[in-house]
Amino acid sequence: MGRIADRFAELAAAGRKGLITFITAGDPGVAETPALMHALVRGGADVIELGVPFSDPMADGEVIQRASERALAHGTSLDDVFAAVAAFRRDDASTPVVLMGYLNPVEHMGAERFAERAAEAGVDGVLIVDLPPEESAEVTPRLRAAGLDEIFLVAPNSPEARIRKVCAAASGFVYFVSVKGVTGSKSAVLEEIGARIELTRRFAGMPVGIGFGIRTPEAAAEAAGVADAVIVGSAIVEIIERGGTADAVADAVETFVTSLRSAIDARACAA
Amino acid sequence: MNARPEPADRAGIGHETAFPDAAGHFGPYGGRFVAETLMEPLQELEAAYHKYLNDDDFLAELDDDLRHYVGRPSPLYLARRWSEQVGGAKIYLKREDLNHTGAHKVNNTVGQALLAKRMGKPRVIAETGAGQHGVASATVAARLGMSCCVYMGAEDIQRQSPNVFRMKLLGAEVRPVTSGSRTLKDALNEALRDWVANVDDTFYIIGTVAGPHPYPAMVRDFQSIIGRETRAQSLEREGRLPDALVACVGGGSNAIGMFYPFINDHDVALIGVEAAGEGVETGRHSAPLSAGTPGVLHGNRTYLMQDECGQIEETHSVSAGLDYPGVGPEHAWLKDSGRASYESVTDSEALDAFRRITRLEGIIPALESSHALAYAEKLARDMRRDQFIVVNLSGRGDKDIQTVAAIDGITL
Repeated sequence: MGRIADRFAELAAAGRKGLITFITAGDPGVAETPALMHALVRGGADVIELGVPFSDPMADGEVIQRASERALAHGTSLDDVFAAVAAFRRDDASTPVVLMGYLNPVEHMGAERFAERAAEAGVDGVLIVDLPPEESAEVTPRLRAAGLDEIFLVAPNSPEARIRKVCAAASGFVYFVSVKGVTGSKSAVLEEIGARIELTRRFAGMPVGIGFGIRTPEAAAEAAGVADAVIVGSAIVEIIERGGTADAVADAVETFVTSLRSAIDARACAA
Repeated sequence: MNARPEPADRAGIGHETAFPDAAGHFGPYGGRFVAETLMEPLQELEAAYHKYLNDDDFLAELDDDLRHYVGRPSPLYLARRWSEQVGGAKIYLKREDLNHTGAHKVNNTVGQALLAKRMGKPRVIAETGAGQHGVASATVAARLGMSCCVYMGAEDIQRQSPNVFRMKLLGAEVRPVTSGSRTLKDALNEALRDWVANVDDTFYIIGTVAGPHPYPAMVRDFQSIIGRETRAQSLEREGRLPDALVACVGGGSNAIGMFYPFINDHDVALIGVEAAGEGVETGRHSAPLSAGTPGVLHGNRTYLMQDECGQIEETHSVSAGLDYPGVGPEHAWLKDSGRASYESVTDSEALDAFRRITRLEGIIPALESSHALAYAEKLARDMRRDQFIVVNLSGRGDKDIQTVAAIDGITL
């Protein structure tokens, strides 16, 4: 089993819900990324999603767009992203890392080379936001061959047939998008999507994470009630955006992630 | 004799080629590269598009609107003085500049807005570069009583202020886009984000033959009225089909609209003209077919201007409407297959043609269309006098007079 499966197995055994946290690689700088990843882990993250900056992040809201722009302003490349993961891996052999980004930089490098280099750096999974299963015939076999999980999205408006299709294509976990919208937008309303999440969990045969619009410890705890893991991104990236010394930013990120972790665990205990 | 039987003179679905395939691919190009939230709305749109483009009531309403609201058919005008000065083939202009709102864009917005109405969507959104598609969208929204929001790059808002005011007069909200390069590509990103968040009540009217399937095919089909008319008018005026068609290519909607009905007429050369900006060799241009490489942007695979890391590069052109780093996927396919060829023209060549046609023919062309005119001169010069070509005069240049005045150092 890979790190992602191992981690979810541990969580299940402990009766805990997972916390998946997102930051953009190269924001505020490439040098800071490994330290911020460690801060996420210290705060209690189970899985790290590392955003690969792209010039045209059409599924992202303003916060992550700006993070991408900051990262690209000093030329963060896929080479830098792999280097950051490799640096993180020197001190953390167990926390799964998922790269999240858009197809064009991957395709430009070549899916095969991308997959090999990602695996070599210590990446465990890949989520390409603008690559639905229908278009992934070229990419999927390359990721598989390199031993990488391929995470796909399910949306609140995905009909049952699509949920089945996406779940059949996915590995690692399924990412349930909790709002119709971009990252960091409005807050998720769980009552409206409960039935769809249930369907997804039924077809997935693997853990289901829920993300987009989950911004507070309270919201994270609530979301943890309906899924195997909660994914938080923009709220963390906002802390990085506020700036400060590298240590202060890492501390603030850790503190916030700790608050998410506590809220999720407290809910699990109460339930 | 290369005349062929006329295709049905109506907006029937593209029967000229087998493209795109069922998944929206033109060879290796096109497709549907979007986040999951857009998959269902795109399937819904595709189903509606297939249904209504074979629906007699819809087609009758579309035809009536094109005739009486847009003012079609647009004339095929022989530019006599200009042709004589060039001294080669006769040059005809397909006068899309005479359409209501002053460009070809309205052919498509009328069609998509009727589709939106049939689909029960009370709100439309659009992206715009030069403002022509924004104006055309705001226009049809006003007429159909729909609310309209137009995304426009902050940079473009500066250089196209008359069109911004026109959109506002028409009741549209114009939202400035300040992300990325603040031009058309960023406006498209922002409109896609709006659509994701508001899919239940919103129809996204894409202005060019780009975006995820079915947009490239749907916009082509609405714009192909240009080519169908050109075909019939050529037969009427000259008794045969043209030797060549020339059209400017940004996203490529006026060009594909002109080319598509001629795709199987292999004696008709199809030539798209991209914006070379300050020169393709300077890197400051908007010519992905001439100098780009394939990649994925805005939901489809096509030729793109991108750097060595696959990041999309900023584009440069004197005409805001050509300032786009991608191009419709069908053009990418036509280029690779060799059925169409693509050339490029610099800012200064386009400006020269702009001035020449204005003085010789009494027609002020859009700067976008001026690229096609500039290339047509080079082409016609080396052709025989008994040959003829048709240039798509895709829009009028009133919107550009401030740009041209500024280049001349004049403040209006």
